[in-house]
Amino acid sequence: MSAEAEDAGRRTTAGSGGTEPSADAGAGAGAAAGDWPLWEVFVRSRRGLSHVHAGSLHAPDAAMALRNARDLYTRRQEGVSVWVVPSTAVTASSPDEKDPFFAPAADKPYRHPTFYELPEGVRNL
Amino acid sequence: MPETITERGSRSGAESASGPRTGTGAPEAAPGTAPESAFEAKIAADERIEPRDWMPDAYRATLVRQIAQHAHSEIIGMQPEANWLTRAPSLRRKAILLAKVQDEAGHGLYLYSAAETLGTGRDELLDKLHAGRQKYSSIFNYPTLTWADVGAIGWLVDGAAIINQVPLCRCSYGPYARAMVRICKEESFHQRQGYELLHTLAHGTPEQHAMAQDAIDRWWWPSLMMFGPPDDESAHSAQSMAWKIKRHSNDELRQRFVDICVPQAEILGLTLPDPDLKWNEERGQHDFGAIDWSEFKEVLRGNGPCNEQRIGRRRQAHEDGAWVRDAAAAYAAKRAPGTAGPGEAAA
Repeated sequence: MSAEAEDAGRRTTAGSGGTEPSADAGAGAGAAAGDWPLWEVFVRSRRGLSHVHAGSLHAPDAAMALRNARDLYTRRQEGVSVWVVPSTAVTASSPDEKDPFFAPAADKPYRHPTFYELPEGVRNL
Repeated sequence: MPETITERGSRSGAESASGPRTGTGAPEAAPGTAPESAFEAKIAADERIEPRDWMPDAYRATLVRQIAQHAHSEIIGMQPEANWLTRAPSLRRKAILLAKVQDEAGHGLYLYSAAETLGTGRDELLDKLHAGRQKYSSIFNYPTLTWADVGAIGWLVDGAAIINQVPLCRCSYGPYARAMVRICKEESFHQRQGYELLHTLAHGTPEQHAMAQDAIDRWWWPSLMMFGPPDDESAHSAQSMAWKIKRHSNDELRQRFVDICVPQAEILGLTLPDPDLKWNEERGQHDFGAIDWSEFKEVLRGNGPCNEQRIGRRRQAHEDGAWVRDAAAAYAAKRAPGTAGPGEAAA
């Protein structure tokens, strides 16, 4: 409508950020020409805590990935440190392998302190 | 007081949420297992489905459609508000509006990212948006005629979005649910700034009060339509509820929204434009007037006040940004030999 001047065109461009992505970067499939690689973003929310996966984004290189990660995942002081890692560098266990892969832990309840029965009245143990 | 939320809470934890993407999704399930029943069992147990899990094609397609529409709505939604950035009445209001519009871009990115875990690229989704083959929320096809519309969007449109989105934080698809957790935290600032803006106008001069009332008069009904068609006409609802993508029906959420808004409007000193709106003692809820669904359908069909303008602007922004993307890619390519890790051959 004419009443809308819509005078913020440049900002809109900047706002929509990198518009060049591919999905499934992990498989390397479907990366059309011009697609930027996918990066996984890890954020340390404050000193004393480890970096935690926050999400992913597309960027042409590591420096831009860091800047984009700052703008995308730490607009509200969510972090004091950010890592970006190419998604293709992540090796993951497959969900299909889930049972056998994690099975060795399943039958070893004696690894937990709750496995053991303590005599009545014992303290500080 | 925008920031009520600072910390990241217990989001996805350390698991690789969007993790390494697998091509078009899951490797087919291992021989000897029944992937479909494993999927159904996870849904029944209220466990989350993650990107590399087997999932029915229709589940995947439904999610792509919904997440894409949601992502498109976020970035198209930047336009009506950006319309007022340069004419915000004070630096305070301008800074707030800038932050809000930037958030919408961020929300779009979280959501495109979630869609990508399903094996559909962001470029593909944007192409479909630009070609008119995927939709965005109809609400953004209405114009922002006055400054008060910025307030009405924050209070009503973002308010309705929050009602819709909070249950999506428990959506059965992990990456979508995690994106929604983040988005919902940020939306509450959006809603409050709108409410505060309207409250200020409503308690200002008679002209300002009238401007606020006019904005509410125009945005109230379209906001109610944001919850989608009535339950008995909603094409995808039943299946989405069965898959736990959706947790509440359209009408249920709409009712919740109305009940929340009525007392808030009273405090604003503004009137919701519905003569049939009244408390129903028996139901313990408000009755409200009939929604004009023909208007909804018209806007959906592309005949809203701003449909063409919104898509036109989006396409233009995308085209105008091409040189920036090209330059960044060229720069990255040029620097790659120097910055790449060991083993990376020089170009």
